[in-house]
Amino acid sequence: MNLDGGVPRPFVRPMRGWWRRDPFFVRYMLRELTAVAVLAYAVVLAVGVVRLSQGEVAWNGWLAALRAPWSIVLHVLILAAMAVHAWSWFQIMPKTLPMIFVGGRRLAGATITRAGWLATALTSIALFALARWWQS
Amino acid sequence: MKRSNAPLFWLPFGAGGMLAALTGTMLVFITGIAVPLGWTLRAELMSYPHVLALAQHGWARGLLLAVIALFAWHAVHRIFHSLHDLGIHSGATAKLVCYGGAFALTVITAASLWSIAH
Repeated sequence: MNLDGGVPRPFVRPMRGWWRRDPFFVRYMLRELTAVAVLAYAVVLAVGVVRLSQGEVAWNGWLAALRAPWSIVLHVLILAAMAVHAWSWFQIMPKTLPMIFVGGRRLAGATITRAGWLATALTSIALFALARWWQS
Repeated sequence: MKRSNAPLFWLPFGAGGMLAALTGTMLVFITGIAVPLGWTLRAELMSYPHVLALAQHGWARGLLLAVIALFAWHAVHRIFHSLHDLGIHSGATAKLVCYGGAFALTVITAASLWSIAH
């Protein structure tokens, strides 16, 4: 069907690259992009578990792959994405949580965000200490 | 009123997002950077007998499965909902690929952990 016969077609705003128009959208897309890194890490760990179940030779092959330069680069990228995830997760947390009231006053968003970041810092220190203790 | 199945999708998303926010950065540093490079942590931390003992330990095995399953579920849920932003029509196929992928990864991991323990 041709509607061009004198009838003007409505303007449709192009949506390609819409998220590059505003720094807010760029941050939003960066936050959503961290999911790719989280998935990649889950796959890396799952492959490790499968290789572990196949015996020592298979496990050592997986360890050797982790030492390859491309793997180190990949993990540095995943690490950066995980940090962005942790940072943004608690930044949006005040908007995703139901309102919390302490002593009749609403808990400030910044307090929730900072508590989350502190929890990540403490969990990270505890995990690293656990690894140091367990290796010896 | 028909009950919504949405909480079944976003509850693991939230749990996985929280777990990743709290532990993800340090876990990646330990398993992907520190141990492979032998920098700040020794390579023996992830030696075969060491990790085998971990995988055979009751609650450690559960935690390992929880990390893999919840990270995967969190990630696919987010990717699925981002498809629209990228101009990709997210229909039943996309849903099946995303959540089915996370489910398959969980089953494979659980089966492997089960075979290690028995």
